[in-house]
Amino acid sequence: MAGTDIIIHDEKDNVGVVVIEKITPKQDCDCWIMENDKSVKIQSMDEIPLGHKIAMTDLNEGDTILKYGHDIGKVVKSIKKGEHVHVHNVKTKKW
Amino acid sequence: MEIPKTFLGYKREDGRTGTRNHVIILPVDDISNACAEAVANNIKGTIALPHSYGRLQFGADLELHFRTMIGTGKNPNVAAVIVIGIEPKWTKRIVDAIATTGKPVEGFSIEGVGDIDTIARVSKKAQEFSIWASEKQREERPISDLWISVKCGESDTTSGLASNPTVGNLMDKLEPLGVHLCFGETSELTGAETVCEKRGKTPEAQEKFRKTWSSYNDFILKEATDDLSESQPTAGNIAGGLTTIEEKAFGNFQKIGGCKFIDVLEPAEEPTKGPGLYFMDTSSAAAECVTLQAAGGFNLHLFPTGQGNIIGNPIEPVVKLTANPLTARTMNEHIDVDVSKILSREMNLDEAGDELIKATIRVANGRLTCAEALGHREFVMTKLYRSA
Repeated sequence: MAGTDIIIHDEKDNVGVVVIEKITPKQDCDCWIMENDKSVKIQSMDEIPLGHKIAMTDLNEGDTILKYGHDIGKVVKSIKKGEHVHVHNVKTKKW
Repeated sequence: MEIPKTFLGYKREDGRTGTRNHVIILPVDDISNACAEAVANNIKGTIALPHSYGRLQFGADLELHFRTMIGTGKNPNVAAVIVIGIEPKWTKRIVDAIATTGKPVEGFSIEGVGDIDTIARVSKKAQEFSIWASEKQREERPISDLWISVKCGESDTTSGLASNPTVGNLMDKLEPLGVHLCFGETSELTGAETVCEKRGKTPEAQEKFRKTWSSYNDFILKEATDDLSESQPTAGNIAGGLTTIEEKAFGNFQKIGGCKFIDVLEPAEEPTKGPGLYFMDTSSAAAECVTLQAAGGFNLHLFPTGQGNIIGNPIEPVVKLTANPLTARTMNEHIDVDVSKILSREMNLDEAGDELIKATIRVANGRLTCAEALGHREFVMTKLYRSA
């Protein structure tokens, strides 16, 4: 089943992972949710490389990032739906 | 897929089975490395395991040193052992413990003799061991004689999406067949520690895990500056898209599939509660972790990587898999199993798990791993604190 650009682990997740070499700004992407085998679409805002995350919703400072259905850190700079999510806008809650 | 019931291994005197047939020259301490390496150079079919420690250690740190040395010698992938130390007392302690397996082992000390005479005496014994071991034949052994350790490295998000779950799928399929399994990496479970704790099969196992992780975390909080930047996650992890330790931990944790761990092992401790999954308290540095797991008696290692860790081990063959299509292409001489088709959804997890089982059995039967063919033999002792 070719044509998946982004994989989302869990239905609750607010980020997805790019699984093609890269996505470019304004690209209409096909996303696959592993947990329930559903498909959704999203338009990217940034260039995002393979393995990096995209925001599936708008996120405000202090919000929790969910991946695998679990808390993986907090938003430290607000993020718009379709933007790149990484160390520039998300930080661990541990250290 | 029907999983084979047997593989071809070396039956050892203590009933365990080796996937390899090494004759090792084991230095007790750093200053005996030169002798050990000279002997391994003289006598074909032997390997020296040089390392950096073994002098003036004390307490728990010294005990770990002994446990690692002894466990390495006892590992069923080892046919025979020569131990060389500067002085006879610590050397003898290691020799006596390895001898309980019934395998050939002999100790030598250098003090009062010097390197050159020692090398001559040891070489004669090493030649005898090497020729003796060369006649050992592989025979059909039950699949339950596989003791598989796992550890991931240079992880990225493809590890959590696909290569780690592939290992988890293998565990789910092999655990019911009575295989021993082991995962570790205490630090890299940070963020997933409460979820991981619940995977303890008994309240005792859960309690032991909680204590082990907390003690590690206390140490981090004491020693760390503001965070563990560029150590957890590493620069490689970040380049691969991993943002936080929590994200890395939940990815890491996929390696155990749906299995529950029956006990928590000290670093390099041998499991004693029968077949099933064990958690070993280890560093997350690849070579340290695999060295400890090999010393715990594991005879084959599975290593999922994202960005391309290149580690090998002198005792355990290390099978590497990746789901990152770029790594599979640019570092293919390091990758034994390519599961990147999971990301393009041309392969599902069940199929990937089967592929990994097939590769695991071929390696158990004697196929060289990429790391073995490239000569990767990282043997790295874990040190708990400074020496006396």
